[in-house]
Amino acid sequence: MTKTTDQIGADNGEAAVTTAGRESGAALTRDQKLELYYYMRLTRSLEERLVNLYRQTKVVGGLFRSLGQEADAVGSAYALDRGKGDILSPLIRNLGSMLVQGALPLEILRQYMAKGDSPTRGRELNIHYGDLVRGFIGQISQLGDMVPVMAGVTLSFKMRGEDRVGLVYVGDGATSTGAFHEGINFAAVQRCPLVVVVENNGYAYSTPLSKQTAARELKDKAIGYGIAAETADGNDVIATYEATKRAVNRARSGGGVTLVELHTYRRKGHAEHDNQSYVPAGEIDRWESSNDPIDRYIKVLITAGVDASELAAIDARITEEIDRATDEADASPMPEPTDALVGIYADPPVEQPLWFREGVRAAVEVNERPASWGTHDG
Amino acid sequence: MAEITYLEAIREALFEEMERDPNVFCLGEDIGAYGGAFKVTEGLQARFGESRVIDTPISEIAIIGAAAGAAHMGMRPVCEMQFIDFISCGYDMLTNYVATARYRAMLPCPMVVRGPSGGYVRGGPFHSQNPEAAFLHTPGLKMVYPSTAADAKGLMKAAIRDEDCVLFFEHKYLYRRIKEEMPSGDHVTPIGKARIAREGNDVSIITYAATVWKSLEAAEQLEREDGLSVEVVDLRSLAPMDDAAIAATVRKTNRALIVHEDTRTGGVAGEITSRINELAFEWLDAPILRVTAADVPLPYSPPLEDYVLPQAADIVKAVRRLAAY
Repeated sequence: MTKTTDQIGADNGEAAVTTAGRESGAALTRDQKLELYYYMRLTRSLEERLVNLYRQTKVVGGLFRSLGQEADAVGSAYALDRGKGDILSPLIRNLGSMLVQGALPLEILRQYMAKGDSPTRGRELNIHYGDLVRGFIGQISQLGDMVPVMAGVTLSFKMRGEDRVGLVYVGDGATSTGAFHEGINFAAVQRCPLVVVVENNGYAYSTPLSKQTAARELKDKAIGYGIAAETADGNDVIATYEATKRAVNRARSGGGVTLVELHTYRRKGHAEHDNQSYVPAGEIDRWESSNDPIDRYIKVLITAGVDASELAAIDARITEEIDRATDEADASPMPEPTDALVGIYADPPVEQPLWFREGVRAAVEVNERPASWGTHDG
Repeated sequence: MAEITYLEAIREALFEEMERDPNVFCLGEDIGAYGGAFKVTEGLQARFGESRVIDTPISEIAIIGAAAGAAHMGMRPVCEMQFIDFISCGYDMLTNYVATARYRAMLPCPMVVRGPSGGYVRGGPFHSQNPEAAFLHTPGLKMVYPSTAADAKGLMKAAIRDEDCVLFFEHKYLYRRIKEEMPSGDHVTPIGKARIAREGNDVSIITYAATVWKSLEAAEQLEREDGLSVEVVDLRSLAPMDDAAIAATVRKTNRALIVHEDTRTGGVAGEITSRINELAFEWLDAPILRVTAADVPLPYSPPLEDYVLPQAADIVKAVRRLAAY
C-alpha cells in the first residue's frame, strides 16, 4: 500500500481515496497537511536544540534523536483522534508523536535538563513522561513492556464501551521480547482496539535487523497472532498516516488489533554518544541525501501549491517557540532534594528520611550535578 | 453466621468487591468457567460475566501489564497467578513498570496480584514458593500474607481498595484447613497493621502466614512443658511492615524469634532483625534468632519437604534457647 511521493498531493491522491477509504491523505485539508509539516519540523528543530544544550552539558544524561524518523512518528500519531480521547504510548524515537498529542517543547526541555518543574519532577529522563488527559503514556526502558500496558488501557476502553483507540510504538528490536509477544497476543484474543506500530529503523542499538529476527518481514508476525497488518514507507508522512488510519479505523469499528510496520532509517546512533561504527560506509549519507522525510514532504507540499515562504514562516515560528521554551527551561529550578521521598505510594504519601539525612537538604549542593550519567554517556 | 474457610473468605471478598464497584474485575489463567486451579474464583464468571472475569492466555507479563494499563484508566483489576511461583514470569512488569508508575509518572496503579503460595503440600519446587523476599526489596509495591480466614477476607477488600499495587499471597496449605465466622458488615483489615495472635511475656515470635499456626502450636507446647509465656505476632502485612508492633513486642519480652517458611538467606527475617536492631537494641536480652526453611529449592517428597520447612519442634527448640539467656 506504500505510495511514492509523486502520488501524494492535492490532485494525485484520488486513487488512494477509493482503495484506502475516505481517510486517505487526499482527505486531509491543506491546514492539516501544513500541520504535519509543523510537527515534523518541530521534532527536528527541538532535537537540534537539545544537541546544542547537550554540548553545553545542560542536558543531564543521554540524548536520543529521531533524525530521519520524524515522519513515521508524526504521521502515525496524526491518525488518532484526540477529540475522542485516543491514547498512545511512544518509544524513544517518537518525540513527534508526543508533540502531536500536545506535549510541549518546554516540557521536553525541562525533562532533558532534569528540572524540578519538569513533568516527572526530575524523577525520569528525556521523553519518558505522559499525560492521560492529552493522551500519551510514558514509556519505560524495558522494551516491549508498553504493549501489555496498552493492551490493558484499550481493554478498559472495550469494557466501558468507550469509542477510543490506543496506539503503542515498538522498534524492530522490541519484537524479540516476551512482553511484545504476550501483549500483542493478549490484545488480539481480547480484540482490544489497539494499533501496534513497529517502527523498523534497521537497528536496535548496534544490532541490525538480520541479527534480530529470521522473519522476512516484521509484518509477517501478525499472521501468527491472527491480526491484520499494514505496512508503509515510514519516511512518507502521508503514507504513514494512511496506513495507521486504516488500522485506527479497524480498531474503532471493533476489528481488533493491527500491526503496522513502518520502514524507516535511524540516521543517528542509539544515543548521542554512539559513534555508529557498526554502520556500513555510505549508508547514512544515502538516506540523508535521497530519503529525508522532511525534504521529501517539502517537495510534496510545493508540488501541491504551497509556497516556500509559507514553510519558512512555520520554521520561523518554531524557532521562536523553541527559543522561548529554552530560556524558560534554563531558568527552571532543579528539584528540591527531599522531593525524592514523595509519592512512592498514595498512602503513605511521603517516606521518612533516613536518620543520617534528617535535617540535611541533600548530600550535594543544589546546583551540583554529575556531568554525565549512567550507561548512556559511558 | 456460618463458618467459612480461608479460601471461601477470599472468594467472598472478591464477590463483595465486584458487587460494590463495577470497576473491579478479575483476570488470570483458567479462572472463568473452571473457577481457577484451586476454585477461588468459582462462580464469579457466572455472576459477573466473561468481561469481568477474564480467562487469559498463559502470559503473566500480559496479565500484570494489562492490569496496570486498565488500572491507569480507573479500573481495579485483580490478577490471579495460578501458582504464585509464576509471578517471577512477570517480575519485570511488576518491579520496573507497576512499582514505579506512581513515582516516575504520577500514574495510579490500583491493582492486586494474588495467588496460592507456600508449601507443606508436597508441591515441589514450582508449586510451593514464597516469593515475598523477592519483592520486599522493591519500593512501590505493597504485600500482605494473611494467616486467618477473617484476615484473608479483610485484607483482600483492603487490597482491592488500595490506591497502589498490592501483592496478595494466599497460603494454599490454609485454603481448606482453617475456617471461622466472618466479622459482620463491611469487613476491611487495614494494610500495614500486625496482629497479636497470642499474648505472652517471656519470648516473642514474629511470623506470618502458615508459620503463625506452627508458632501457636509451639507456644502451647512451651506453656505446657516449660511454663513459658510466648507472644506470637502475626505481621499480616510485609510491606509496609508494622515497625511499631515489632518494637512493642520486643520491648515487652526482650527476646525475639523470627519464623518464616521462606528460605533463610536474604529472607524477610533478616530485614526484621535489622529493624529490631535499629528500633529496640537496648531492650534485647538475647540475640535475635530465626527459624526458616533451609537454603534449598523446596523438594517434593514428604521426608525431604518436612526436613526443609520449619516445624513446631524447631520453633520450640529456638524459643528454649532464647529463654535460657
